[in-house]
Amino acid sequence: MLSIRNIVKQYAGHRALSDVSLEVESGQIFGLLGPNGAGKTSLIRIVNQITAPDSGEIYFNGEKLNQSHIERIGYLPEERGLYKKMEIGEQMIYLARLKGLSRAEAQKRLKFWFEKLEMETWWKKKIEELSKGMQQKAQFVATVLHEPDLIILDEPFSGFDPVNAELIKDEILELNEKGATILFSTHRMESVEELCDAIALIHKSHKILDGKVKHIRNSYRNETYFVEYTGEQIAFDGNQPFELVSETHADDGSHTIKIKLTRENNSNDVLQYLIPKARVNMLQEVIPSMHEIFIEKVNLNSAGHE
Amino acid sequence: MNKVLLIIQREYLTRVRKKSFIIMIFVVPLLILVMGIVVKMVADSSDKLSSLQTVNVIDKSGDFANRFHDANNVKFTYALTDLKSSKQLLKDSEGISILYIPVNYTQKDSVQIFSKKKASIPLSEEIEKQMSDIAFSNNLIRHHIDTALLKSIKRTNISVSAIEISDKGDKNANIGANILIGIACAIIIYISLFIYGGQVMRGVIEEKTNRIIEVVISSVKPFQLMLGKIIGVGLVGLTQFSAWIILSIISTKIAGHSFNSPTSPMVNALAVLQTIPFGYIMGCFIFYFLSGYLLYAALFAAVGSAVDSETETQQFMFPITLPLLFTYFLAVSVLFRAPDSPLAVWLSMIPFTAPVAMMVRIPFDPPGWQVAVSMCMMVVGFLFTTYVAARIYRVGVLMYGKKASYKELAKWFFYKE
Repeated sequence: MLSIRNIVKQYAGHRALSDVSLEVESGQIFGLLGPNGAGKTSLIRIVNQITAPDSGEIYFNGEKLNQSHIERIGYLPEERGLYKKMEIGEQMIYLARLKGLSRAEAQKRLKFWFEKLEMETWWKKKIEELSKGMQQKAQFVATVLHEPDLIILDEPFSGFDPVNAELIKDEILELNEKGATILFSTHRMESVEELCDAIALIHKSHKILDGKVKHIRNSYRNETYFVEYTGEQIAFDGNQPFELVSETHADDGSHTIKIKLTRENNSNDVLQYLIPKARVNMLQEVIPSMHEIFIEKVNLNSAGHE
Repeated sequence: MNKVLLIIQREYLTRVRKKSFIIMIFVVPLLILVMGIVVKMVADSSDKLSSLQTVNVIDKSGDFANRFHDANNVKFTYALTDLKSSKQLLKDSEGISILYIPVNYTQKDSVQIFSKKKASIPLSEEIEKQMSDIAFSNNLIRHHIDTALLKSIKRTNISVSAIEISDKGDKNANIGANILIGIACAIIIYISLFIYGGQVMRGVIEEKTNRIIEVVISSVKPFQLMLGKIIGVGLVGLTQFSAWIILSIISTKIAGHSFNSPTSPMVNALAVLQTIPFGYIMGCFIFYFLSGYLLYAALFAAVGSAVDSETETQQFMFPITLPLLFTYFLAVSVLFRAPDSPLAVWLSMIPFTAPVAMMVRIPFDPPGWQVAVSMCMMVVGFLFTTYVAARIYRVGVLMYGKKASYKELAKWFFYKE
């Protein structure tokens, strides 16, 4: 769908993107992660052809990115904004027409969306008469009204109250199910695990990690498990098939230990060792969250750079 | 191209639909009309007597007895004969005066008007005129010229028309009207460049502070947006001017009708204006307004793109307004006195000053080649400023929180796409 190859963007005084390459597959929800100032917005602007890269190329469905692709991309910028004094209905139609829709078609689709998101009464209102959350909703509609193949959302959930954030999330998922590819940037990690099929992590203008969320998390497994058992507290003597990382003891007689497998052992070996000694209630592998991977990667990189 | 049209449409419609725009269209010609009426009324009231004046003629010479005719609110009677007693009689009455004509009335200041208040100028003018006429015809009779024949001979009105000698043949000229038209055009262009240029600038700042700019330029190129805005606002300006011109013509027609009398100053003014080639001046006015507007609006747009709010525009506005202000002051003080001086010629060639300077010169009909060169320079000028402005604009609209300096602007100009 979108192939970003060796993008370099230099601003006066600092480098926004150094040799960044990404592959976004059709139908994916792709998360672009990174701390503030990493270069996410610069990359998004380049994909939207708002600015051009100093070097590198972008391919859209195998074609070199050009003006004709603009109509197939929908973009919600991080800094939201609409004409304050313009009526919403008219404004949405104007923006859709700039994306190549006919007036009649824009009107039809807008009606559909306004009904869907319960905004029918807003048609004649001016943006300045709406609350911030309502403005955001209107702007989201403006982004997707022309039914783009690729929807680019810069920090889509910032500024929404939890109810509306959920609503927008559902809309994004629905659009994705209907075939739209979604590329969004965020620094909110919870939304990543929930939504994203694949991610790329950008830090200080470099891409430091990318791939499918599942693969990444699996590759960050380090054979650590949580085990909960009831019975006498087990005294570990060093002959067990794992290392004890930490342990906690609850008042109700249950004990939780965090362990790391040693040598060639697997979870079955752990159970075999524990079952004669106590009743095992739970054994769960600790798969690092994207949040932890993110922090670890960023810290590692910062240390490496300094 | 289609998208530029869409942008033009939006820029145009949002402005034209504003209540303030519609009000302005009607208020300005109305103001002109009201001002015209007031001026006319003031002129009339000083021209004519407002109330009836009775003049008692005491004629010692006998030349004027019963020869005055009542006119323009002045009534003549011949009832009284003695000056002294009449003076006593009229001491307390308003609107009555005594005209005393001695025997040797041809002596300077010998004819006298007595009244409670000093006689007004129109009254004494009326009396002077009638007395001169009567004395004149008396003289004719004295020299045996037939009065009946005299009456049949009508007085001929002559007005002098100034003719310029030129290669193209003689042509009518009216210096006063030329100056008036030239300066009026220059002032209108000067003011409207600021009004509409300012609108473009505010439009750009609005888009930038609203942050809608990013949405729009993900759909169109920055240049298309800038061009659409400039053209849209320019059309608003043209609409406003056309509406004003049409309404002014209609209102002066109406005013002309209601005040029309053969000797009214309005008719004289219109007659003078008819000696001026309106089509040519109008054409030049529209050309210089449009090209000057395009030239300055591009610069205003670049300024708008470089700042975050209107308060920051000051430092960039100064060099833009300077040439205009400079030419404007020269235009109203010096240029119209010497429309063919080297200073005037040079100023009308430089695109930044030409719209104002050339408009002062146009009614004096400068050489054709100078107009042609000036117009070409205007086209080159606005293409140049649009190019420069577009390069600054495309970077500027995405820059926030950075205080732009001239050095910064130069850097933006040289940025690659």
